[in-house]
Amino acid sequence: MAEKRLRVMVAKPGLDGHDRGARVLARCFRDAGYEVIYTGCHQTPEQIVSAVIQEDVDLLGLSCLSGAHRYLYPAVTKLMKEKGVDDITVIGGGIIPDQDFQLLYDAGLKAIFTPGATLESIIDWINTNVKPRN
Amino acid sequence: MNLSEFTDKEGGNVYFAKEVLESSSKMRQKWEDEVKKLVSKWPDQKPDAQWSTVSDLPIKRLYTPDDIKDMDFARDISYPGQYPYTRGNQVTGYRGKYWTFRMFSGMGDAATTNARWHLLLKEGQTGLSTAFDFPTLMGYDTDSPKARGECGKCGVAIDTLEDFLVLTKGVPLDKITTSMTINPPATALWAMYCAAAEIQGIPLTKIGGTIQNDMLKEFIAQKTLMCPPDPSVKLISDTVEFGTLKVPKWNTISISGYHIREAGSTAVQELAFTLRDGMEYVEDVLRRKKLDIDSFAPRLSFFFNSHIDFFEEICKMRAARRIWAKAMTERYKSKDERSWWMRFHTQTAGCSLTAQQPYNNVVRTATEALAAVLGGTQSLHTNSLDEVWCLPSDFAVQIALRTQQLIAEETGAANTIDPLAGSYFVEALTNEMEKQAWEYIHKIDEMGGMVAAIEKGFPQLEISDAAYKFQRQIDAGEKIMVGVNKYVSTEKESIPFLEIDDRIETEQIERLNAVRRKRDGKAAKKCLDDLKAACKKGENVMPYCIEAVKALCSVQEICDVYREVYGEYRDPGLY
Repeated sequence: MAEKRLRVMVAKPGLDGHDRGARVLARCFRDAGYEVIYTGCHQTPEQIVSAVIQEDVDLLGLSCLSGAHRYLYPAVTKLMKEKGVDDITVIGGGIIPDQDFQLLYDAGLKAIFTPGATLESIIDWINTNVKPRN
Repeated sequence: MNLSEFTDKEGGNVYFAKEVLESSSKMRQKWEDEVKKLVSKWPDQKPDAQWSTVSDLPIKRLYTPDDIKDMDFARDISYPGQYPYTRGNQVTGYRGKYWTFRMFSGMGDAATTNARWHLLLKEGQTGLSTAFDFPTLMGYDTDSPKARGECGKCGVAIDTLEDFLVLTKGVPLDKITTSMTINPPATALWAMYCAAAEIQGIPLTKIGGTIQNDMLKEFIAQKTLMCPPDPSVKLISDTVEFGTLKVPKWNTISISGYHIREAGSTAVQELAFTLRDGMEYVEDVLRRKKLDIDSFAPRLSFFFNSHIDFFEEICKMRAARRIWAKAMTERYKSKDERSWWMRFHTQTAGCSLTAQQPYNNVVRTATEALAAVLGGTQSLHTNSLDEVWCLPSDFAVQIALRTQQLIAEETGAANTIDPLAGSYFVEALTNEMEKQAWEYIHKIDEMGGMVAAIEKGFPQLEISDAAYKFQRQIDAGEKIMVGVNKYVSTEKESIPFLEIDDRIETEQIERLNAVRRKRDGKAAKKCLDDLKAACKKGENVMPYCIEAVKALCSVQEICDVYREVYGEYRDPGLY
């Protein structure tokens, strides 16, 4: 039997429209052989979490470049916990200053990728740390 | 102009005499032989294909008269202020007036931004430019659940006319022109500007400025979205008609390539999609049959990105003017040369800046600003070195402004007009970019226009292809970003960050609630009902918007009317 493919969701919470990174990553994930769901811009945390459940993904990648990650990323992980899906790995990217990293790790994010991260380094991290859930 | 000066007896052009081309050809043969010999001994540093522009346009080792031998001086290059404006619109170049030093700024609340504006004006800035925060850009009030966490982060928060009056306090609206980067709620914010002018006692005929008001590039690239494409274009045509008749010094659209480029397009895609967007707006206004082309086209303005590839940018701007002049005369049969001038603002490329080694960004911005000046821009924003990380600090924004002043006053770049004209390379690249842009424009024509192309996802996916390819090239080291994939430092350089206090969200919501308490609720509601009726009847919304903002209706209340009548558009999430 072929190995189960990783299901990955790329999501853009909030009002930010800077989606270049999210789109490039979605393509990169597709090329890496993952099944990719890209939400498009302007998703509320509620919409994202309900899509995560519906699509039964193994990994959620959040992208925000407006500075609202401090509010939005924890809002998503809190809601995931409430819905009992906090076993799904969440990673985040964007313009995230060093001093905000701890806040996001505390909120449950497993990795944070900032400008300059190569596509390869992100894929490597995922292949090492995320396995398809049953 | 006497065209015969430029044609030979057979009617062909003689950009170069036959003898010149013959001797050039001989010399080139010799040079090519030598190159071959040397390269076989000492190979080039990288393969031919990688000597290309940042957009991946291949560039030759050398350009010669052969590359521009088919040019016709009068037809293709000409003089400043003369068709086809390759060399610029202004007859006197920058000697009469430099480009407008216009720094895009906005942060936190209206009072903080007003203070930044006064700082910039004191330091020699000559025009204002407003950055709004995301809730304002998307047509939501600060207290909307969708706006949580965003207030004042990426620009200034404006909910009602009261905020707007604080924003423009002490700014003489009849003397300073202001640009507002606002798209879906453009009618509401422009209405506030008109109302603020009225309060300052200045007639609408005296105020000048620009609203970006270009929704097509939002669907293509920037994604501040509200209503579907068709009604979005309708609202824009409303502003064009209102501006032409009532606010004649206002630029009602800034047709923008900037965001298309930031989303990852190539320079040619930026050029082609932007100009085709412009054509779409022109065609919608003409379809409404209220205005003829030359009554409104002179107020259309453009906005380009200036990226790091110096010559590609200069050529893009020269090609843009030529394409627009041809489109105006050939496609739209315009008779007034003011319609043929492509006037544009330029911003240096945010996406070329790096989070790593941030002080290098000063050099990038200076290079890009110089390209914009050599490309003949009318107005310029220079990015600050810290803009990868945050909104610019006072320190960083002053360096950025000084960069422009230094280019204007010290480098000599403004001494002579279009100094690169006649360069074999610059002319050949200008021609090539124009040719490739027309190919895209014709392709979009065949699809049924830009709205149809957007509905098919065509420009979006072309840009995604280019963005992905570029990232792959960076990762592979085929394209270089200093400090990112070459000359990397292990030490982290830290720069001071401008932080926007989360507290301003609460304060802004309190201000909004206070306005709602004090305003005449019935009058506000009546204005919104009138606006809704106007939308349903297809009337011009602008007069109703001005009444609504004066009655202290908020940005969201006005945009909610549009959403209700025209429907909401959601990002289809193409990649």
